[in-house]
Amino acid sequence: MRVNGAAESLDVEPWVSLLDALRDRLGVTGPKKGCDQGACGACTVLADGVRINACLALAVQYDGKEITTIEGLATGDDLHPLQAAFIRHDGLQCGYCTPGQICSAVAMLAEHRAGMPSAVTERSGELDEAEIRERMSGNLCRCGAYNGIVDAIKDVAGQEAR
Amino acid sequence: MTTKYAETEPRQDAVKHVGRPVDRVDGRAKTTGEARYAAEHRYPGMAHAALVHATVARGRIEAVDTEAARAVPGVIEVLTHENAPAMKPAPKTSLMNLSSLASGTTVSYLATDEVHWNGQPVAVVVAETPETARHAASLVRVAYRELPAVVDFAAEEPNASPQKSSVLQPAGGDKGDAVAALAAAPVSVDLRFTTPPEHHNAMEPHATIAVWDGDRLTVHEGTQNIAWLRAHLAQRFGIPERAVRVLSPYVGGGFGGKGFVWAGTLLAVLAARATARPVRLALTREGVYRTVGGRTPTVQRVALGADGDGDLTALIHTSVAMTARIGGMPEGVVSSSRHLYDAATIHLRQRLVRLDLLANTAMRAPGDSVGSFALESAMDELACELGIDPIELRRRNEPERNPMDGKRFTHRMLREAYEVGAERFGWRERDPRPGSMRDGRWLVGMGVATAYHPSLTMPADVTVRLAADGAVVVRCALQEIGVGAATVQAQITADELGVPLEAVRVEIGDSELPAGPGAGGSAQTAGAAAGVLDACRKLKESALALARRAPDSPLRGRRLDDLEARDGGLYHGGRGETYAAILARAGRDHLEAGGGTGMLKFLAKTLNERRRWVKAASGAHFCEVRVDRDTGEVRVSRWLGMFDVGRVINAKTAAGQLRGGIVMGIGMALTEATQVDPRTGRIMNPSLSEYHVPVHADIPRIDVHWLDEPDPTMPLGLLGIGEVGITGVAAAVANAVRHATGKRVLDLPITLDKLL
Repeated sequence: MRVNGAAESLDVEPWVSLLDALRDRLGVTGPKKGCDQGACGACTVLADGVRINACLALAVQYDGKEITTIEGLATGDDLHPLQAAFIRHDGLQCGYCTPGQICSAVAMLAEHRAGMPSAVTERSGELDEAEIRERMSGNLCRCGAYNGIVDAIKDVAGQEAR
Repeated sequence: MTTKYAETEPRQDAVKHVGRPVDRVDGRAKTTGEARYAAEHRYPGMAHAALVHATVARGRIEAVDTEAARAVPGVIEVLTHENAPAMKPAPKTSLMNLSSLASGTTVSYLATDEVHWNGQPVAVVVAETPETARHAASLVRVAYRELPAVVDFAAEEPNASPQKSSVLQPAGGDKGDAVAALAAAPVSVDLRFTTPPEHHNAMEPHATIAVWDGDRLTVHEGTQNIAWLRAHLAQRFGIPERAVRVLSPYVGGGFGGKGFVWAGTLLAVLAARATARPVRLALTREGVYRTVGGRTPTVQRVALGADGDGDLTALIHTSVAMTARIGGMPEGVVSSSRHLYDAATIHLRQRLVRLDLLANTAMRAPGDSVGSFALESAMDELACELGIDPIELRRRNEPERNPMDGKRFTHRMLREAYEVGAERFGWRERDPRPGSMRDGRWLVGMGVATAYHPSLTMPADVTVRLAADGAVVVRCALQEIGVGAATVQAQITADELGVPLEAVRVEIGDSELPAGPGAGGSAQTAGAAAGVLDACRKLKESALALARRAPDSPLRGRRLDDLEARDGGLYHGGRGETYAAILARAGRDHLEAGGGTGMLKFLAKTLNERRRWVKAASGAHFCEVRVDRDTGEVRVSRWLGMFDVGRVINAKTAAGQLRGGIVMGIGMALTEATQVDPRTGRIMNPSLSEYHVPVHADIPRIDVHWLDEPDPTMPLGLLGIGEVGITGVAAAVANAVRHATGKRVLDLPITLDKLL
């Protein structure tokens, strides 16, 4: 398995989740454990670019795959545009859901670019606030920073469109 | 009438940082995964613990079979009441020692065969991996002798007993004869409301890492009260406070749920002592529901009488809430009714039932969040009865002095909040007839409600150190639960000393630092600010004293009150000098000063103030809902909150706090309820898939604004913003639903079955 670009070799029992393998075995603690049952999205990581709940994935299923966590988004000191936008728009408070929100948003923008529809998609295909909310609803934020998160994503989506 | 208000930019004062929408100082750590929360620390040899929960509400343990659990490879120890080392019992509570209030429950865990609630930890498995611990915990078999248990709040509610008043919280009161006035009132409403138990559901489940080194203990835990946790652990484990170190730099949300000490914390420390290993106990989400208390359910009656013009002649507000036999916090459910309306007569009572359930605890705006739902719904219903606009009804009954006792308000701007809010929200476009506003299949409704939360401060010890190179370090054991604790104190310090914001570093989250106030009661920022202001003043006095010794200093002969702190130094008009120059001349490499108030002085001041003044953060909520005419589905489509919170320190984080309260209030209004099995006392929906908190799709754009008027009695004039946002929210939603549908929903949450 490659994690954030580095090859990692792990010997884990078959029942170990990808999330626990990352957090407890590799010390990659950016992905968070909020519910351990796929209900909150705090553990969202990218597996070959696709967002998944790492708590619902078994580590052994991801043998040979490329896993990207929040730790893998910045380039050196340069934040990923979504990370910078989350800070600028205050799309966070306690910070615990934040890595999952940002990883989810990275993949969500890619899904939208690829033309994947959502439950609220009508014809225009424009990524408006309703689309962002719908597509991000698997990531809970109990602090209620939803407005800031939507603003951050809209900001970055707008930058990409320009 | 003109009113000053701020949208995102503050008034342009001489201040440079306070009031501005400054980015969080820990934004980078939190968005890169660098920020480490409690469970994310590693120690060599660290073992992992898992809990076994009781499955009966009340009883005695007859037998525990741990054989199968012990046989699992990797299991280190299984602790039960038969073999666990003893802890000292929870302390008696006393107002003279506030940390004695830290106990979540009075239970002596694993020291008794008694079961007090369905979910109480009755065994702890310690193993080499978390998976092993969890698996082995599932193999522990416990036999109980069940005892009769009282767990059904709804059934017990008629048997409630009067709640006792405390120094800080009167439980009832009368002004005139409200019962007679209600009977004589030409117009009246008399309504019975219910609110369900709720849970905080901070995104970070509670986790503890406990490490013993001889008789010294280090604990990593996300807590809202480092000082209380430290004192409590010292007491329970019989070691001096100085032998306990609590590390809590990041807290993944709290909302009251991390304000007290619960079973998981104590059992992690106990397990570490018993096994002589560092132990991590990270609760599952279900484990949080089973071992950390939530919000009490309530039953409330609000009856209002008015004359034909809408002047209130009677206000009756009574409540029943719960505590547990093993502890719990009696809530001030009817508190808002002491302050909001100038009724000629008032009758207030709070009663309690004691149940065989886990103790309830503070959850965002305890008392006021649920009490305001009942009071503000009733006001709306009275407005409907009278045919008066609900804002006009509130305006007519706005008191000049505190209605119950005539004390003065330090600050009260509800009239302005409604006036400006109504303008911005477009309240004028509301057609008051129920069901009159439609958008296709949606019935559109608009509702208002008042937000109100008392303001208080807690004492803080703070040190401020200024080095010759200009670096400033502020030290205080604050808790960062998401409010921007370090960020706002850095802003305040930068302004007080006249140094750049980037020069200030605020160290928080460690019990080795000077003691901070807890992050609760919306009181952390004000308390810490008082300490920072005091320390900065003393530091500037020291700088000035050094400067005045030098015959050539331009500050010679000056007093601090004549000077302005700016540009890294002290100035009188154009003349002055930098701290660097003062330190260099004196041959010093730094200055340091400590600030704060002792507890006794603080209590005396607080009680003295309470005799004279009433102070609170307040506001007006404006809500628009859309209700599906066929399914009864309610969507909140628009929100505006116009607040009076005194001075705002950080426009960005303050807006986030206020919005966050509204979001949690929308959950309370529409989806949130902890379901307790009335037969067994077991929580039936202990997960985020069955307890529904608002998601992105549930939350519209929320406009928050504030009247920018500092309170004269609070540090820097700030009133506290953590809780006021949630108060009144559920009522605003219910009132909007009433407008959309003509139906008054009295029982939260407003699920669609109640509208069909």
